[in-house]
Amino acid sequence: MAQFTLPQNSKVKKGDRYDVANGAANARTFKVYRWDPDTEDNPRLDEYKVDLGKCGPMVLDALIHIKNDVDSTLTFRRSCREGICGSCAMNIDGTNTLACTKDIADCKGDVKITPLPHMPVVKDLVPDLTHVYAQYETIEPWMKADSPAPERERLQSPEDANLLNGDDGHGPAGCILCFCCSTSCPSYWWNGDRFLGPAILLQAYRWIADTRDEATGERLDALEDPFRLYRCHTIMNCTNTCPKGLNPAKAIAEIKKMMVTRR
Amino acid sequence: MSDIKQRPLSPHLQVYRPQLTSVTSILHRATGAGLSVGLVFFTWWLVAAASGPEAYGVFSSFCRSLLGVALLFGWSLAFYYHLANGIRHLIWDSGRLFKIKNAYTAGYFVLFFTVAMTALSWVCIMGKY
Repeated sequence: MAQFTLPQNSKVKKGDRYDVANGAANARTFKVYRWDPDTEDNPRLDEYKVDLGKCGPMVLDALIHIKNDVDSTLTFRRSCREGICGSCAMNIDGTNTLACTKDIADCKGDVKITPLPHMPVVKDLVPDLTHVYAQYETIEPWMKADSPAPERERLQSPEDANLLNGDDGHGPAGCILCFCCSTSCPSYWWNGDRFLGPAILLQAYRWIADTRDEATGERLDALEDPFRLYRCHTIMNCTNTCPKGLNPAKAIAEIKKMMVTRR
Repeated sequence: MSDIKQRPLSPHLQVYRPQLTSVTSILHRATGAGLSVGLVFFTWWLVAAASGPEAYGVFSSFCRSLLGVALLFGWSLAFYYHLANGIRHLIWDSGRLFKIKNAYTAGYFVLFFTVAMTALSWVCIMGKY
């Protein structure tokens, strides 16, 4: 049964305030979720008033500025700072996105930053991704073919390759596994233990749609389940939030269609 | 290392901004539940009609009471919404309408259809009585 409120140990308390803007005109307040596993305290929302002249334009730049110059204990994942690694996925200003590609100027008022929603928190903005990675493994994300391997690569026509890359470059192969989509999905919040969620289903479709893969039937069999696939109710938070402009909702619909047409 | 069970759950409904698509989705469920309750009322109407003028009179006077009118208005709103959004879902099931722009246009159309048809129905009803 879905629990709509946060458990007692997860309720977010008011945190500390840091004003390091020194009265700068171009200042912004960032409200950042903090939780320290080494204390017994509940999570809290710390406020940092920052001079935007002291950091780059993206939310990640502001977080790095805070970590470097205000509070070095602030913990978050980041790597490529150009939207290709998926490490800095978090909830910013009410939707999930990558901190490195989210322009501070696009946020309204104070910028509220919390970890990816409905996930166990390791520390501050770092969610525990063990469960989603385990779910990823269950769809066996590698090519399966029984036919003898050719002398060279298995070739595809441009049309077949487009099933993966998308006509517009926004096909399922563009997924960076940041899990913005899965953690935006209310169905995944309430049934994430058994529902695979949009990110994993998009990847499942990436292999189902691959013309070189020969295990399509087997893959569909594995998804034919009231929870794994059919907890998707087309809420479309996933497609709305994808920082890469992909369409997990459409991919899930295509899987559902294949379930019917193969009968 | 702290015990994993002690880990807090990150905020979800508390922080996630509602979107047109998520709001129309939860409304679909809410109106569906409301209409299921409405079936009981619908059954009362049929039973009353079959039981004769006296039973029907009780039903009829309830329908004209303030509570009755409010309930009927709510059910008509729910009916048109669930009907239109149900068709939106059928189109989704066929693999169409998945571009965010199109999904939003259809969502606004559903809301417009609901308000327009409910208003039209009640204008007709009020005109008759």
